Amino acid sequence: MARGLRQLIPAALSAALLAALVLGTLGAVTIRAGGFGALRGPDLSALWFTVWQAALSAALSCALAVPVARALYRRRFMGRGLLISLLGAPFILPTIAAVMGLIAVFGRRGFVNEALGAVGLPEVTIYGAHGVIAAHVFFNLPLATRMLLHGWQAIPSERFRLAQSLGFGPAQMLRHLEGPMLRRVLPGAALAIFLVCLTSFAIALTLGGGPRATTVELAIYQAFRFDFDMSRAASLALVQVGLCLGALVVSLLVTLPSSSEAGLDRPPVAGLGAGLVLRAQDTLAIAAASAFLLIPIATILMRGIPTLGALPGSVWSAVGTSLWIAGGSTLLTLALALPLALAAPRHRWAEAAAMLPLTASALVMGTGLFLIARPFVNPTSLALPVTLIANAALSLPFAVRILIPEARQLQADYDRLAASLGLTGVARLRLLTLPRLARPLGFAAGLSAAFSMGDLGVITLFSDGETQTLPLALFQLMGSYRLDQAAGAATLLMVLTFALFWACDRIGHHADPR
Amino acid sequence: MRKPLMLAGLVIAATPVVAEDKPQLTVYAPDYFTSEWGPGPKIEEGFEAICNCDLKFVAGDVLPRLLLEGERTEADAVIGLNTDVTARARATGMFAPHGQDTSALSLPIAWEDDTFLPFNWGETAFIYDKTKLENPPASFEDLLNASDDLKIAIQDPRSSISGLALLLWVKGVYGDQAPEAWAKLAPKVLTVTPGWSESYGLFTDGEVDMVLSYTTSPAYHIIAEEDDTKVAAIFPEGHYFMTELVAQLKTTDTPELTQSFMDYILSDGFQSMIATANWSYPAVIKEGFLPEGFAALPRPAKTIFYTEDEAEALRQPALDEWLAAFAN
Amino acid sequence: MLTLDNLTISQGEFRLVANLTLATGSRTAVIGPSGAGKSTLLGAIAGFIAPSAGRILWNETEITRTPPGARPLSILFQDQNLFPHLSVAQNIGLGISPALRLSRADHTRIEAALERTGLAGLGARKPAALSGGQQSRVALARALLRAKPLLLLDEPFSALGPALKSEMLSLVAEIAQEQGTTLLMVSHDPDDARALCPQTVPVENGTAHPPQPTDALLDNPPPALRAYLGP
Repeated sequence: MARGLRQLIPAALSAALLAALVLGTLGAVTIRAGGFGALRGPDLSALWFTVWQAALSAALSCALAVPVARALYRRRFMGRGLLISLLGAPFILPTIAAVMGLIAVFGRRGFVNEALGAVGLPEVTIYGAHGVIAAHVFFNLPLATRMLLHGWQAIPSERFRLAQSLGFGPAQMLRHLEGPMLRRVLPGAALAIFLVCLTSFAIALTLGGGPRATTVELAIYQAFRFDFDMSRAASLALVQVGLCLGALVVSLLVTLPSSSEAGLDRPPVAGLGAGLVLRAQDTLAIAAASAFLLIPIATILMRGIPTLGALPGSVWSAVGTSLWIAGGSTLLTLALALPLALAAPRHRWAEAAAMLPLTASALVMGTGLFLIARPFVNPTSLALPVTLIANAALSLPFAVRILIPEARQLQADYDRLAASLGLTGVARLRLLTLPRLARPLGFAAGLSAAFSMGDLGVITLFSDGETQTLPLALFQLMGSYRLDQAAGAATLLMVLTFALFWACDRIGHHADPR
Repeated sequence: MRKPLMLAGLVIAATPVVAEDKPQLTVYAPDYFTSEWGPGPKIEEGFEAICNCDLKFVAGDVLPRLLLEGERTEADAVIGLNTDVTARARATGMFAPHGQDTSALSLPIAWEDDTFLPFNWGETAFIYDKTKLENPPASFEDLLNASDDLKIAIQDPRSSISGLALLLWVKGVYGDQAPEAWAKLAPKVLTVTPGWSESYGLFTDGEVDMVLSYTTSPAYHIIAEEDDTKVAAIFPEGHYFMTELVAQLKTTDTPELTQSFMDYILSDGFQSMIATANWSYPAVIKEGFLPEGFAALPRPAKTIFYTEDEAEALRQPALDEWLAAFAN
Repeated sequence: MLTLDNLTISQGEFRLVANLTLATGSRTAVIGPSGAGKSTLLGAIAGFIAPSAGRILWNETEITRTPPGARPLSILFQDQNLFPHLSVAQNIGLGISPALRLSRADHTRIEAALERTGLAGLGARKPAALSGGQQSRVALARALLRAKPLLLLDEPFSALGPALKSEMLSLVAEIAQEQGTTLLMVSHDPDDARALCPQTVPVENGTAHPPQPTDALLDNPPPALRAYLGP
């Protein structure tokens, strides 16, 4: 048994680090503030807005994902695999670029309103609470679609054949085959999206329209930076942690499927969804989702590419900094995520610890770290490690979620064989774990690198004012009237983010000789 | 016992000698300051040319950081504070007098503060594109009574200094009638952004007809882009005064050097480059400090400004009025 | 000699008690109805299932708490006997060094084992490139190289056709004979048991009984076993 415990040490260290990062920093802030402060009326309405927009965003993302995922499952067409990959893109898109793209399409001067205006229809507006929700659906529809597509693919094709031989229509199909799958997959997908939307910050800000669209994270920011009221910030952060933990507990009770693999192209079940109506319905679903998710991205590309050549030299050095921070945080993410994912199938606490960063407020985390580090060292000298750790922590929940199903499968398949051969420790890692988990590791690395690229460096308290990342350069360009160059930098950021994600994912596939 | 001592000696000997023994001056500044497009690099170059020192900007949230650090801060001076936080900053008792003659300042208002020293200034204004907006509002009242099809972008007073300035501007123009003014303005507000840059981006993208910015904003387009279509709407009711400030800390370990930095602020070398480095008016305007396009900008006839105490007292009620106006 | 001394396995409602010894070099079949606990018994001996009471001894040494890899035995499972991402030679090499640190002499031994099991020249292939029978041979080659005194077979050949299965079983018997290995195998097929194992452990009603001569047992089975074997 001692050996079993020893194997858990890396996971325990990982979990302890995350607990310290999320709960320890909140504790440090609270102690410094001298306790929790009372919340005010606007804070409560921010809390209310946060919850209902997250719930609505999750519900809409899931509802829209059902027809899209079903259409992608039923139909085979040229470029289907590529389309599935592309439809995943918004999930890793840096927020700032996404907002630019959405405004370019749905804004007052966007295509949609120009088209509506041309035919004499009233214009639609993306500003307001519905804008926040639309943006959240834009980001999370890909996640929901991916999870549901997996659900469909996991239904044994024999069952579809059986259903066909029994002459099931779409309604019976839904009731007996798809319904049970949806009941299993949808709660998990909805909760994952709900959590992501709970801590959303930047989107709500620009598309929110006004103070009605204030989220808890924004209220924390304001308590900190404008009211200098740390005790209220601490209370708000505690509320946020509590809210997320509540949602997490529920989501842990619901098994979540893997969202890792792009459409495994099993041979399609012939004749599924035959008939003109279903065909039209699927075509419409795929076309609408593609338009909604891809046109904003294409717009940023078209707008930004011509300005790439005119970008100042310092942007390119910021690219270097960002790439290397992304590389470092990715390695750190994997190093922290793998032990937790391997421990998770047998120890629920490992999965719970991995989800902790989802609940954290980046601002509270940064301030807490600053308060903890300050008595011992000059925080500026910790800028790099803190940035790496913070980035790694924020992508860790996703990495662990991706790894867990595969880790569980690995243990079910090979634990006994490995044990009977005495394959343990580093040898097991090298000969079994890494090669078998190469694909999900590559996918997790890609997500982590993408998130790190888009990171705005909320941990400004540690900034030395010299290290400039690409998103920071982008903001500085915007802040000094250079908006064309900022659009170029946003394009560059987006392209690099996708390239990094794609490269990591490919490396993972390549390293897995399956 | 001897071995660790020897090792310690080695470690000390191996520590690199501080670059040429120049004293270091640490100045906390806002994020935008230190970028290649901000004023930081030019200030650093100008001051290092005369001080035989190493000026180091630390960019980030200036006041929150100082408040967290307290007396143990390494900052010798801070630059880029706004008038909305001076009350809070002053209350810490961490700052020392600047020792400058404020009668030399070329501000549209009287400035007698002996601790916080302005290095630039400007006024809030709504900017529009004169080729796109044919009948711009000629006064604040005009703006309030304009059709609701006129869309403007403003900044959130809870996260942006210009947003807060707008609250005080409205308060200054409308006083007790501010809630009614906001009620008329709110339908024209397309969105409220967290900071100035997001709003301004919406304006240059053509999403909004007018944007809350500064009277000096057109200067950038005229000088850097040779574009004279962006214009500030000048209102007879007056415009709200904004300034950025410098202050030195009592706890500086190089008091003489820090004082010489404070002396540098109002010097010709510093003030002559502010106009194009910061796209704002220098605190001291002399012949040649303003490039042509800048000097020709229309000036408001009236400048509104609340003292620190007045502004502090107005902040919360004004914010509540603003929140109420957007509540439905 | 393998001794199960009052070995008790409890899993929820399920309970299995074994009190028996197997002589060194003996070949024993385990027979019983589905769900009686045949695989569970092997799992406990191999160390995958912790017993709730009792002891397991090899000769005089107690191995009840020994980690699976350190027990004096090899086991072949029903499936998942090979790592699909490693080559055949690597899969076999794991039997010599779990970290795959292999000397030249080790490689020669692997070649010899491949030859012995009829797999000469296939060392560089991945398991997926082999037939089912060949995959079984790889697992057997590894057991051969590990040369542990006890070999447990948990129906590793059940997916093979009848001819191939009996071919594999006789190869197992040969190797066991050469190395003096004690063999314990779960079987569903009374003919396999008769052909290969002079003695049989019947598992029924929560008990693994001491071994009895196979022919006598199968000719005259106790009631529960009779129902399972059929007329």
